[in-house]
Amino acid sequence: MITMENVCKTYKIAKRNAGFAQACKSLFHREYETICALNNVSFTINDGEMVGYIGPNGAGKSSTIKILSGILTPDSGKVLVNGKIPQKNRIEHVKNIGVVFGQRSQLWWDVPVIDSFELLKDIYSIPESDYKNNLDELTELLDLAHLLRSPARQLSLGQRMRCEIAASLLHSPHILFLDEPTIGLDAVSKLAVRDFILKQNKIHGTTVILTTHDMQDIEALTSRIILIGKGRILMDGTLDDIKKGNDNNIDETIAELYRAYDI
Amino acid sequence: MNKKKSSIKLYIHYISINIRCMMQYKSSFFLNVTGQFLVSFTVFLSMFFMFKRFSSVEGFTYSEVLLCFSTILLDFSLAEMFARGFDSFSVMVRGGDFDRILVRPRGEIMQVLGSKFELTRIGRMLQAIMMFIYGIMASGITWNFSGILTIVFMIIGGTVVFSALFLIYASICFFTLDGLEFMNIFTDGAKEFGQYPTAIYGKKILLFTTFVIPYSLFQYYPLLFLTGRSGNILLMFLPLGACWFIIPALMLWKFGVRHYKSSGS
Repeated sequence: MITMENVCKTYKIAKRNAGFAQACKSLFHREYETICALNNVSFTINDGEMVGYIGPNGAGKSSTIKILSGILTPDSGKVLVNGKIPQKNRIEHVKNIGVVFGQRSQLWWDVPVIDSFELLKDIYSIPESDYKNNLDELTELLDLAHLLRSPARQLSLGQRMRCEIAASLLHSPHILFLDEPTIGLDAVSKLAVRDFILKQNKIHGTTVILTTHDMQDIEALTSRIILIGKGRILMDGTLDDIKKGNDNNIDETIAELYRAYDI
Repeated sequence: MNKKKSSIKLYIHYISINIRCMMQYKSSFFLNVTGQFLVSFTVFLSMFFMFKRFSSVEGFTYSEVLLCFSTILLDFSLAEMFARGFDSFSVMVRGGDFDRILVRPRGEIMQVLGSKFELTRIGRMLQAIMMFIYGIMASGITWNFSGILTIVFMIIGGTVVFSALFLIYASICFFTLDGLEFMNIFTDGAKEFGQYPTAIYGKKILLFTTFVIPYSLFQYYPLLFLTGRSGNILLMFLPLGACWFIIPALMLWKFGVRHYKSSGS
């Protein structure tokens, strides 16, 4: 179970006007602007739930994921993942989670994907038999058989993303964080990834928290949606709550919602 | 005990994957190795020509200085080879790849060490070993057990101190998000001025390199013992004493990691 209670997080961002002279000035005197990335964010996610976390760019989605995965420490508020504070017990905590950053790779660029997987096996100390079972299952479900022996740099984005997802699940985590997993993928890859996430949730009861800008992802995957804007939770409900009998397509509905909340 | 074993296994695995990556770019590897070799070879040449004119520097002969230079070079190359991940840490912090390290159930230091293993430094090491052998043969030092042990200690102490400097360099990146060029004074700079026994630079430098950044502990003092200028057996163990320098470096690193966790990007 994941709980966040009144979590706040602010960043200090250096600001300056355009131009060389301004850049020189900022060497000596910097003006900072405090940006409130998260403002009293509270929610609870139960085991085995699939939650879509949406909001415009800069709304605080990634900050939330980073706090839940123990990378960042909140300024105030309480975070508990399976009864533990992520930042306090980093190593114990991360054994139980898998994280996919859609924009970043965790595979070694120049060696076959399987080499990266073998290294992960040692990093997570996965027992040989578990590793083999998981690898077989992931290879089948994500259709990796012909990819494992190619270096990551030679894979297409869609192929690589499938490998990334497999890499995050080798140690059978209970919670999976997906930060924009379908970004830049073609239709076939998107469908494959969605299909796999559904199966993973169904077979292993993995809790999935997914951020995305692709509303079809949300439609296909999640029953529960949390909408965040300007660091605040604006809505926590189902897809039907958002649609409210509105027949527009989902993208338009969401855009309307963003406008309505002025975010 | 089990944990230690699995850490060692993991580290070897990291090295192996680094080497596999490198083997993908064969010609680049050999060019790099040759380059590393040649760069330090020119330094060697400059020393060679200088000593053709002057037979000794502050009482140290050519072969003794060579011995001194080669150990420093060896220490530096070893540290660069193993601790390269810290040397290029600013890239990791700015690119956000440190996030990945924090979501894995292993120590941060182990993972950064494993992220990069720079085998091309073998070129420089080769140069160092050649000079070293020449220095040993030409110096006329009578070799015995304590002499060999002193050399081993010098290599351990030096590698630890240089690695600690890289670690400090990396820790500063948590705050500045950028590598600080001035830190190179203490790493690359030390490699250059470490060609000569530190005492020739004067008393103040000697004090600084004894108590602040302990270069002299693994260079000048054990050299005195090695060349028979001093019979004090304590000097033989001083290089191990230089390892204290890793402690403040580790503390700074821990502080940096905490800072990152509360800021990040």
